[in-house]
Amino acid sequence: MIDSIRAQNLLTLNDLSREAIVEVLDTAESFVEVNRRSIKKVPALKGRVVASLFFEESTRTRLSFETAAKRLSADVLSLAVASSSVKKGESLRDTIATIDALGIDAVVLRHQSSGAALQVSRYVPHVRVINAGDGQHQHPTQGLLDAFTVRQVLATREGSNGLESGAELFSGLRVLIVGDIRHSRVARSDIAAYSSLGCEVRVAAPGTLLPEDVENWPVQVVDNYEEALEWADVVGLLRLQRERGSGSFVPSLGEFTRTFGLTLARARRLRPQTIVMHPGPMNRGVEIDSRVADLPCAVIERQVANGVPVRMAVLYLTVAGSSEGVS
Amino acid sequence: MTTLLLRAGLVVGPSTSQVADVLVDKGRITAVGTDVVAPAGCHVIDASDCWVGPGFVDLHTHLREPGHEQAETIESGAHAGAVGGYTALMAMANTEPALDNVALVSYVLDRGARTPLDIAVAGAITQGRRGESLAPLAEMAALGVRLFSDDGTGVQDPALMRRALTYARPLGVRLAQHCEDERLAAGGSMNEGAVSGRLGLVGRPALAEELMVQRDIELVALTGGPLHFMHLSTARSLELLRRAHERGLPVSFEVAPHHFTLDETCCEQFDPIFKVHPPLRSRADVDALREALRSGFVDAVATDHAPHAPELKDLPFDEAPAGMLGLEYAASLTFEALGDAPDPQRFFSLMSREPARIAQLRRDDARVRHGAHGGAVVEGEDANLVVFDPKATWIARNEDLHSYAINSPYDGRALTGRVRTTIAKGVLVVNDGALV
Repeated sequence: MIDSIRAQNLLTLNDLSREAIVEVLDTAESFVEVNRRSIKKVPALKGRVVASLFFEESTRTRLSFETAAKRLSADVLSLAVASSSVKKGESLRDTIATIDALGIDAVVLRHQSSGAALQVSRYVPHVRVINAGDGQHQHPTQGLLDAFTVRQVLATREGSNGLESGAELFSGLRVLIVGDIRHSRVARSDIAAYSSLGCEVRVAAPGTLLPEDVENWPVQVVDNYEEALEWADVVGLLRLQRERGSGSFVPSLGEFTRTFGLTLARARRLRPQTIVMHPGPMNRGVEIDSRVADLPCAVIERQVANGVPVRMAVLYLTVAGSSEGVS
Repeated sequence: MTTLLLRAGLVVGPSTSQVADVLVDKGRITAVGTDVVAPAGCHVIDASDCWVGPGFVDLHTHLREPGHEQAETIESGAHAGAVGGYTALMAMANTEPALDNVALVSYVLDRGARTPLDIAVAGAITQGRRGESLAPLAEMAALGVRLFSDDGTGVQDPALMRRALTYARPLGVRLAQHCEDERLAAGGSMNEGAVSGRLGLVGRPALAEELMVQRDIELVALTGGPLHFMHLSTARSLELLRRAHERGLPVSFEVAPHHFTLDETCCEQFDPIFKVHPPLRSRADVDALREALRSGFVDAVATDHAPHAPELKDLPFDEAPAGMLGLEYAASLTFEALGDAPDPQRFFSLMSREPARIAQLRRDDARVRHGAHGGAVVEGEDANLVVFDPKATWIARNEDLHSYAINSPYDGRALTGRVRTTIAKGVLVVNDGALV
């Protein structure tokens, strides 16, 4: 277990303690204020170089990370590689070595292969590696920003702020994660974060979209999806990963929508205070009805907005190695 | 050719062992007994406290030549084998191009003849290993090929496999199958189980192997064609073979050292060194293989020595090729797996006698170019011998490897038991653990 990500890599949420996660959430809280200023910039990472390496298409995560790095005054090297390292004819090790030779402090890595971030961390042990999504394995900053968003919503309701609440608001919180668990790195990171913070996590999915080893996961598989919707305080929807072949794991998208989509009819079963989340990009009309996505209980855009302060916190803690001196 | 005398080793026979001297001259064992007099100019090697037995035979070696000489050549593979105590290697057919015709088989045999070891060839079962139509098995058999395999993948089509078994049977050759149903394996890169889902890696289920084992056992029953099952890796596969043995079917099988020493948790750090097909299995499977080794049920240990160039093992886990080195540590790992007081006869049965029997490495056919392996250590036999020190302790180090590639999963591992001396084709090839 890692008790703080200060001066560490951030590769997975599986080995982060509750304290480590709360530290990120609390640090992010202090950066929210920075993002409200007219001049949205602090010198925390001035002179540091962050390489943003995306081997897989991404809009929001990449923009979010690069925005975060710039608001910390870091210099950003941005490289998009749309093809796999094999097709490119260059090994992952050589690509990283090339970037490293330019002089960098951190790599933000998105890759289509599970484990790529961990592999890269072995190649450049002197550089901090932040996993921005590796295959079907982990998407740690998404897990952190989801937890951050939940805490923010709950704290606001109570008229307090998240900073004071630590992990308290998560205790016994009922989280239901729905959809393509099997292929989802977001599900893996969300489940790690929520269970570490003390939530009760359940999952609902067609049998084929559950991981084979789900019995070893800290979750309960729900028998009755409709009842679980009434049970949940938080409903986390997942994108059906059609590019990973999920389409063939269910008979049709239509059937998936009819059985596990959050339709308007199902949304009516939710309790009024239940929070609906989606990591994006949404397949509107597949896992979530368009109108549900636009209901007030859906905090999808807030998740995107919170991506910036959470990633600022992650960059700050991992690269600067200290939470002091935010100004 | 220098005369060699192995002094006072425990000479391990098929059923008894005794301390004796072994004299080697002109490629043959010329005397076995106590107080054998060393002829003038004889190189005397002290084998006291060591086991002296037939040189090891690997049923499953990927020598990569032709096509992937950046990973291994026939020569570098032979050197690695010699250091591992092997005197004969069975070169697998999944080179580029595949060894599916007499010209390519002859090429490998010719190159092999220039190495210190006997290099036998496993021809491909199907043309180009594509699993669509039969390769010229009879023509290759006429060159002395006695084992055929599409290894890398198995023959997926049951009708074609049936035909291959039926066709091979009267040729007096044996087919060898890599058992994994590739559709069920789903392009996965590690064992499907307690670890794969958490790592987000697509799993190759044990059932992909077991279904094909079961299918092929029934095809053997149907056709009567003998079949060797390669690198069995699950408890249930062994159970299926046990029942096939009870039915008296002409089946044999091998297990690979990595499958009885390493389990699926090795993949947790996403290091492609540990990627192999069939994959590293559960701890329960590893334990079942070790138990089967100790109980005497396993026919043979085979390495599935699979060199890959370093840059390919630097790819992400799902993109990297499957396979790991095996020749140089197999004897020590097998020795360790046999328990606290390993039986030397059992050890040589697994490493030499049974593999040689399965591969038919005899000299009873004018067409074969190799010597006899896996025989008794008696006067008149071909001098393919190994001296194994059961008390030696040492550390596996990648920088000490003789393979061209370095994809060994054992770097830094402490080992017990070591090959001291290898005599192949009557020549001292390895002495004091080093190439001569």
